[in-house]
Amino acid sequence: MNIMSEAAVEKALDGKMNDISYKMIGRDVSVYYGEKRALYDVNLDVRENTVTALIGPSGCGKSTFLRTLNRMNDTIDGCRVTGRITLDGDDIYDPAIDVVELRARVGMVFQKPNPFPKSIYENVAYGPRIHGLAKAKADMDAIVEQSLQKAGLWNEVKDRLQESGTGLSGGQQQRLCIARAVAVSPEVILMDEPCSALDPIATAKVEELIHELRANFTIVIVTHSMQQAARVSQRTAMFHLGNLVEENDTDKMFTNPDDQRTQDYIMGRFG
Amino acid sequence: MSQVSPMSSMSSIGASARPGRRDIGLGRRYAAERRFRFYGMAAIGFGLLFLFLLLFSVVSKGYTAFQQSMITIPVAFSEQVIDKDNERAANPQKLVSANYPVVARNALAKVLGVDEKDRAGLKAVNGLISDSVRTQLRDLVVADPSIIGTTRDVTFLASGDLDSAFKGQINLDVPEKDRKISDRQVGWMNQLAESGALSKHFNTGLFVNGASSRPEAAGVGVALVGSLYMMLIVLALSLPIGVAASIYLEEFAPKNRLTDLIEVNINNLAAVPSIVYGLLGLAVFVNFAGFPRSAALVGGLVLTLMTLPTIIIATRAALKAVPPSIRAAALGLGASKMQTVFHHVLPLAMPGILTGTIIGLAHALGETAPLLLIGMVAFVADVPATPLDPATALPVQIYMWANEAERAFVERTSGAIIVLLLFLILMNVGAILLRRRFERRW
Repeated sequence: MNIMSEAAVEKALDGKMNDISYKMIGRDVSVYYGEKRALYDVNLDVRENTVTALIGPSGCGKSTFLRTLNRMNDTIDGCRVTGRITLDGDDIYDPAIDVVELRARVGMVFQKPNPFPKSIYENVAYGPRIHGLAKAKADMDAIVEQSLQKAGLWNEVKDRLQESGTGLSGGQQQRLCIARAVAVSPEVILMDEPCSALDPIATAKVEELIHELRANFTIVIVTHSMQQAARVSQRTAMFHLGNLVEENDTDKMFTNPDDQRTQDYIMGRFG
Repeated sequence: MSQVSPMSSMSSIGASARPGRRDIGLGRRYAAERRFRFYGMAAIGFGLLFLFLLLFSVVSKGYTAFQQSMITIPVAFSEQVIDKDNERAANPQKLVSANYPVVARNALAKVLGVDEKDRAGLKAVNGLISDSVRTQLRDLVVADPSIIGTTRDVTFLASGDLDSAFKGQINLDVPEKDRKISDRQVGWMNQLAESGALSKHFNTGLFVNGASSRPEAAGVGVALVGSLYMMLIVLALSLPIGVAASIYLEEFAPKNRLTDLIEVNINNLAAVPSIVYGLLGLAVFVNFAGFPRSAALVGGLVLTLMTLPTIIIATRAALKAVPPSIRAAALGLGASKMQTVFHHVLPLAMPGILTGTIIGLAHALGETAPLLLIGMVAFVADVPATPLDPATALPVQIYMWANEAERAFVERTSGAIIVLLLFLILMNVGAILLRRRFERRW
């Protein structure tokens, strides 16, 4: 990966460098689960309105890194994060930053679709409601409709908004979860293997959706599928044994990576 | 190729040779499964047999308690007996202390044709009438003194011995001097039954009366009210305290030595014999805090202490069973910890919490030992108006009646057990209905 000068780092921490906007910047990020160290001094920047894919073999720390970006690791007992991660230049681990507000700005979609056991409408409306984003019922209706439309689910569910969200198919459930994340109008959406529980058709729909969401959101996606990373992302980061091996344009990563380990992993020689 | 599969059109592909059958112990495995099924069915059959025996013995002994023999005869409210000096205007106390049993005895003696001079006969007639007739007639006269001097039909309780004999519970083949009802009284009983004056009625007294040393007038009314007060106190205290403690321990408290210690202690408390809670209640609530003895309030507090560990354990299990993905989903949307718990986790855990609570309540309803220690094993004739008044509880009432000597208390003991079982069934049905209602939200 590129070695930046101190000045460049400072510039980067301001969020601007070489006319590229960096939404989130990670510097020397290390994560410990009790005594065990899961991440080693990772330096990774997330560009605005870009899909960044995190790839690597199981247990390499890519999900761990993803979860540091909205402090979901806080909920794990004995988990400790060192280093610095900024969102628009603000250190998100600063005690002055409220984790609830952070998560309203950095949303998350999980590996297994996990809609609330409530109606489809309630699933989408829950986030805006707790954050007080809609004053009147009509506003809420509009947010729900827009969010479901952004998630490409509106036409399938508009006639049964009051039915249970858990009654949808797996792919629909995952798009409902995306709509739920979108409804809060976050700036960044984190996706932790969002398609691993879906069939190829549902996967294709979600990937298409990720493409469309890129216009409005910054997306970081963890995936086990090389093809998926190649299809949906513009930047790819490769993790191995808790280290960031390489981060590059996706095209370059899959054709001419700088690091031999990336080459080996993409070719399927280990993983 | 010597052999070509008939199914295959391609001559170069033959059927694969079938290997010899391997012994993979199928017979043994199926036999083991059959054996296990048999053990299972035998265990269930054994359980059902004893359940049936229990219900049969209780119901067969107790169903007669729901009927009571009553005597309906014209009673002459003779001024001679009640107020022969006509003092009632000056001294209303006269009506309260009048000799009403004699009024009833004379009425019955007249119906049976017993001479007023036959003292032994009158005594035997008196043995047919429950002593509760004293308060019954007194209440009639005090309420309306104008009935003195008139005659009207009154239905009153037969004595416990007559009741038992009329229900066929006294063996009349036993020599007369060894049984509690004489041949002459049996003759009268048959005479009264034939004329329709003696008949069985539904025993409302069983449900409204308090303690009485006369079985025919004894009921579980006081015990029912006492148990109801205690259940309300247990529910009002143990559900919020238990659920709050569980939520804090399960969702908020850090996992460290202290919380481990608390958890171990809660599990231990659930196994502490209930009589120990009785001693604790006696020391803390009665002797230290100075609450009245025998009061439903103290009983409720003791049972609350006893029920809390059960509710905490059940609630924690229900909270643990809520999938972590729901918590992650809510937290990922920016819900605070408290919002996550109260909007998502608690509603999903509700069926389990309710089941645990009702099991705990049912347990408390049937608990006897701690109540004995705080003085709820008492002779309480008046229905308690508040939880601070002396009361008994259903299981304690059963315990007390089981110690009584009269034949008529045997059926009442079983009758009270039936009432207690009905309450337990009612509570469990309630638990099932509540659980269904909450589960529909999934």
